[in-house]
Amino acid sequence: MSQPSSVEEKLDHLQHHFIDSDQQFEASKLGMWIFLVTEILFFGGLFAAYIVYRAWYPELYLLASEELDVFWGTVNTFVLIGSSLTVAMAIRSAQLNQIRGLIINLWITIGLALTFMVIKYFEYVEKFEKGILPGAHYSYEGIAHEKANIFFSIYYMMTGLHGIHVLIGIGLMIWLVFKAKKKVFHSGYYTPVEITGLYWHLVDVIWIFLFPLLYLID
Amino acid sequence: MLPPAKSTTAAETDALFHFITSTSLILLLGITIAIIYFAWKYRRRSEDDVTPVITHNSKLEITWSVIPLILVIIVFGWGLTGYMNLTTAPDDAYEIRVVGKSWLWEFHYDTGHVSVNELHVPVDRPVKLVMSSDDVIHSFYIPDFRVKMDVLPNRYTSLWFEATEVGESIVYCAEYCGTAHSNMLATTYVHSQEDFEMWLETAGSEDDDLDPVARGEQLVTRNACDTCHSTDGTRLQGPTFQGLFGSEREMDDGEIVVADENYIRESILEPNARITAGFQPVMPSYAGTLDDRQIDAIIEYIKTLD
Amino acid sequence: MATNDESKNVRKLQVKRFKPEENPEKHYLNQEKGLWAWMTTVDHKKIGLMYLGSITFFFFIAGVLALLLRTELLTPARSFMDADMYNQVFTLHGAIMIFFFLVPSVPTVLGNFILPLQLGAKDVAFPRLNLASYYIYVVGALFTLFAIFTGGIDTGWTFYTPYSSSAAGGNIMAMTFGIFILGFSSILTGVNFLVTIHKMRSPGITWNKLPLNLWGLYATSIIQILATPVLAITLLLLTMERMLSIGIFDPAIGGDPVLYQHFFWFYSHPAVYIMIVPGFGIISEVISTFSRKVIFGYWAIALSSLAIAFIGFLVWGHHMFTAGQSSLANMVFSFLTFLVGIPTGIKIFNWLATMYKGSIDLKTPMIYALVFLFLFTIGGFTGIMLGALAVDIHLHDTYYVVAHFHYVMMGGMVMAFLAGLHYWWPKMFGKMYSEFWAKITCAIIFIGFNMTFLPQFVMGSQGMPRRYFNYIDQFQSFHQFSTIGAYIMGVGFLIMAAYMIHSLVKGKPASSNPWGSRALEWQTSSPVPLHNFEHTPVIINGPYDYHKPMSEFQLGITASQHAHHADKPVDISTQEKEQA
Repeated sequence: MSQPSSVEEKLDHLQHHFIDSDQQFEASKLGMWIFLVTEILFFGGLFAAYIVYRAWYPELYLLASEELDVFWGTVNTFVLIGSSLTVAMAIRSAQLNQIRGLIINLWITIGLALTFMVIKYFEYVEKFEKGILPGAHYSYEGIAHEKANIFFSIYYMMTGLHGIHVLIGIGLMIWLVFKAKKKVFHSGYYTPVEITGLYWHLVDVIWIFLFPLLYLID
Repeated sequence: MLPPAKSTTAAETDALFHFITSTSLILLLGITIAIIYFAWKYRRRSEDDVTPVITHNSKLEITWSVIPLILVIIVFGWGLTGYMNLTTAPDDAYEIRVVGKSWLWEFHYDTGHVSVNELHVPVDRPVKLVMSSDDVIHSFYIPDFRVKMDVLPNRYTSLWFEATEVGESIVYCAEYCGTAHSNMLATTYVHSQEDFEMWLETAGSEDDDLDPVARGEQLVTRNACDTCHSTDGTRLQGPTFQGLFGSEREMDDGEIVVADENYIRESILEPNARITAGFQPVMPSYAGTLDDRQIDAIIEYIKTLD
Repeated sequence: MATNDESKNVRKLQVKRFKPEENPEKHYLNQEKGLWAWMTTVDHKKIGLMYLGSITFFFFIAGVLALLLRTELLTPARSFMDADMYNQVFTLHGAIMIFFFLVPSVPTVLGNFILPLQLGAKDVAFPRLNLASYYIYVVGALFTLFAIFTGGIDTGWTFYTPYSSSAAGGNIMAMTFGIFILGFSSILTGVNFLVTIHKMRSPGITWNKLPLNLWGLYATSIIQILATPVLAITLLLLTMERMLSIGIFDPAIGGDPVLYQHFFWFYSHPAVYIMIVPGFGIISEVISTFSRKVIFGYWAIALSSLAIAFIGFLVWGHHMFTAGQSSLANMVFSFLTFLVGIPTGIKIFNWLATMYKGSIDLKTPMIYALVFLFLFTIGGFTGIMLGALAVDIHLHDTYYVVAHFHYVMMGGMVMAFLAGLHYWWPKMFGKMYSEFWAKITCAIIFIGFNMTFLPQFVMGSQGMPRRYFNYIDQFQSFHQFSTIGAYIMGVGFLIMAAYMIHSLVKGKPASSNPWGSRALEWQTSSPVPLHNFEHTPVIINGPYDYHKPMSEFQLGITASQHAHHADKPVDISTQEKEQA
C-alpha cells in the first residue's frame, strides 16, 4: 500500500500501516523509550531489595563490598562508557550514510562489550573459588556477618541480570552488522541502529548505578 | 451477619461494620432505583429520538465527589481508631506465647505448661499473645473476638484481646499453609478468673491418674497428632498409627527399620531425621512440648492399635 | 515540532463523504486463507480473534475448576477429592483466571480489535511485535500446562514465601516461569498500545476526541508497562529461590518473607486495575451508544481512569494489614485505598448522568452494562469495608474477601467484557446473535452470580476463612446455596457458547452500524475490510456527538492523501459530496 514518493529515497523499509518514514521512525523510537522504562522498573525491583537490606544491615554492605575488586570494577566502567561512545558514533555514521564507519564502530562496541564480559567472568570465578556463592551455597568465612550470603545473592542477581542484558546487546549488534553489510541502512533509514543504541545506553547507565552501589561503599 | 461479639473491642468493629453496610445499602438502593427508573422513563420511543447535549454540570460533579470523600474520611478515621485500640495492648496484659506449626497451635504459659490446640484464658482480663511460626506463615484468627494476626517464621507478632464472657470460641488459621490448613483449628476456653488459676495449677498433672494407654490416647488427641496420623488405617498426611508398632518400615532412602520404641521416640522429637517412603518431611518437632513420660504413654497407646 | 514549520505543515484536506459498503464480499476474515496465513498474520483483528480463542479456552478450564471446587464444598469434609487435590484446584483456578483470562482479556481481545479501528489506523504501531506478544502468551501458557501435568502447584495464586520457596510440592518453577514469560506479552502489548495511541491517530482525532475506551486502554497500558516488570523480577527471584536457594525471601537462609509480599502486591494490586480499567472504557462506550446521548463528564471519566491507575500504585499494602507491617504503614495504605474510591464513584455517577434524558435501548450490551453498574457498585462498597482497618482485621482472608473480589472481577470486569463482546460482535464477525437468548442468558448469569457470591459475604462476616477444604458444619447451607448458584452460572455460559456459535454459523448478517453509534469503528463495513478503512478517515465530530445527525459521520478522504499526522494541525474543509 505504500505510495510512490517524490523524495529520492528507498522506501522498502516503510511498513504498510505507517503513513511515512517519519511516523515509523518516531513510533519506533517512542516504543523503545517506553520499553526502557519497563527495563528500569525491572531492575527497580532488585534495587528495592538492595535498599531494603541495606537499610536493615548497613554494616553488612560495608564489610561485604570489600570483597569486590574495585580496580576491575573501575576498568569495566570505563569499558562500558567507551562502548556507549562508539555506539553513538555508529549512529552518527549511519546518519551520514557512512556504512563502513557504521560497521567498524559496531565491531568496536561488540569488542568492548566482550571485554566487559570477560572481566566479569574472572571476577565471578575468583569469588566462586573462595566459596562466595549465593544464598544457601555460601561457604566463605572471611566476612564476619551472618547475612553475608544475602548481600551476594543480591550482587549475583543484579550483575547477572545486567550481564544477560550485555549479552543480548552483543547479539543485537551482531545482527546490525549483518544488516549493515546487506546495505539495509542509509541516512533515510537507520531506526534499528538508533533504538539499539538507546538500549545500549540504558545497559551502560544501569552499570553506572550498580558500580558505586556495590563496589564503592565507604 | 456477624458472629457473637465476645471481646471488649468487638463492639466498635461491629458498629463500623454496620455503619458501612447500611450506608452502602442506602447508596446502592439509590443507584439501583436510578438505573431502573432511567431505563424505563427514558426508554427509546422512536429511532429519531433527539437527546439533549449535557456534557457536564460542575455543581453536581463537585457534590458527588465531595460527599463520598467526606464519607470515606469518616470511615477511615473510625477504622483507624478501632485499629489503634486493637494494636495497643494494655501494660498489665497476661502474656501467652503462641507457636504456629504445620498444622497445629502450641500455647506456652508462664507456668511452663504447654497446651496444643487449646487456648485457655481468663475472662475480663487483657491477654496478649506473642506469636511466631516454626515453618511457613500462619495467621491466628478468633472471629468471636474480631482479632487476627499473621504468624511469621522470622519475627514475633502479637495481638491482644479481653474476653467478656465465659465460654468457648473457635480459632482458625487464616493464612493458607498447605495440605491440612483447614484442620489447623484450636479452641479458646474462656474461664472465670478462679477457674483459670486452677487450670494453670492442675493442667500439667490432670491426667496423672489415668493408665498409660488412656493417657496416651488423650495426648494424641490433645497434641493434634491425629490431624495427620489416623488410628484406623486411613492415610492422611502422615502414616497411620494402626499396626505401626513392631512393623518393618521402608524409609525414603531405602533403609528398612523396625518401628520400635526408639524409632517412635525419634520420630516425635526429630521427625525429619528419617521419613517413611511416600510421605513428605513436614512434621514439626515435639521436643519441649512432650516430656519423656508423655512420650512413653503415647508409645503405650500406639502399641494397642493393631 | 518547531513553530516556524507549522504554517508549512497545515494541510488543507478535502473531505468527501463515504458510506461504508454493506455486507462486503471481501473482508479481513476471507481475504487471506489457510491456517498458516492465520498463524502468521500480523493483522490486529485476527490476532485479537486468536486471543479470543485462547482466553475462552482458559476461561473454560478455570471455570470448570471453579465448579469442581464448589462441588467439593457441598459437604463440610471430603466430598470427592482430597485436600491436596483441592489445594491444587483452587490455586490453578486463581492463577489461570487471573494471569490467562482476566489480565489479558480486554486489552488483547477487544483492545487489539478495536483500538486501531477507533484511531482510524490500519494496524497497531508494531504489528509483528503484536504477533510476537501472542506467541509469548502461548509459550507462557504451555509452561503452565506443563506445570499442571508434572505435579501441579498448590501454593495459592499468590505464591507466598516461605511456603512456595521451601514447603510446597509440585512444579512451582515451571508455573512461575510461565507467568514470568506471560508478563512480557503483557508489557509488549502495553508498549504497542501506548505508541499506537500517541502516533497513529487519524487526522482530527485530538486528545479530547479520543473515545473513552481508548483512555481506558491508555491508562491500562501505563499500568502494564510500569507494574508488570516488577512481577517479572519477583517471579524471577522466586524461581531463583527454588532453584539456587538465594535466600532473599526465605527466612531459613536469612531472608524476609514479608518482603516478598510487598514485591508481589506492588504488581498484583495494580493488576486489579489492569483488569478493571479497560472495562470502564467499554462501559462508557456502551452506555453512551445505547442511551444515544453525549457522554456526561468526558474529561472526568478519562482523567479518573488515569487517577485510578496512578493511585492504584500506592495501595498495595492494604493486602498486608494483618501481615505485621507497622501501624503507620497500615494507616497510610488505608487512607490511599479510600482515595481510589472517589474517582471510581465519579465514574458511576457520570454513567448514570449519561442515561438521564437519554433514549435508552435495552439491547444485550446495555443490559450487561447496567448489570455491571449494579454488581461493580457492590464490589466497590465492600472494598470500602475492607479498606477500613479495624473491620479488615476481622474480615481479612475470609470469604468476605473472596466475595468482594469476585464482585469486582466477575461482576465488574467479566460483565464489562461480555458487554463489549456483545457490542462489537457484529463488527467482528458481521453476524448478529439471538437477542432473545442473549437476554435470557444475561438474566441466568446475573441470578447465578448473586446466588454464588452473596452467601459468601455472610459466611465471611461470620468468620469462614478462605482456602478451606474442611469447614465447620454451621456454614454448610451457605456453601450449598453458593454451589447451586455456580451451577446456574455454568449453565448460563454454556447457553452463551451455544448462541454465539449459532450466530457464527447461521446468524443474520449485521449492518455496518447496527446500534447507530457515532464512534469511528462503526463507520466502516462489518466485518471490517482487511486494512480497516477504504479511505483514511478524517474526524470532525467527537465519538459521542449524538446530537448531530448520522449523515455527518460518514467520512473519508481519498486514499492518495498521505503524510498527515494527528499531531500536525489540519484545516479541514468539508466537501458536500455523497458517494453512494
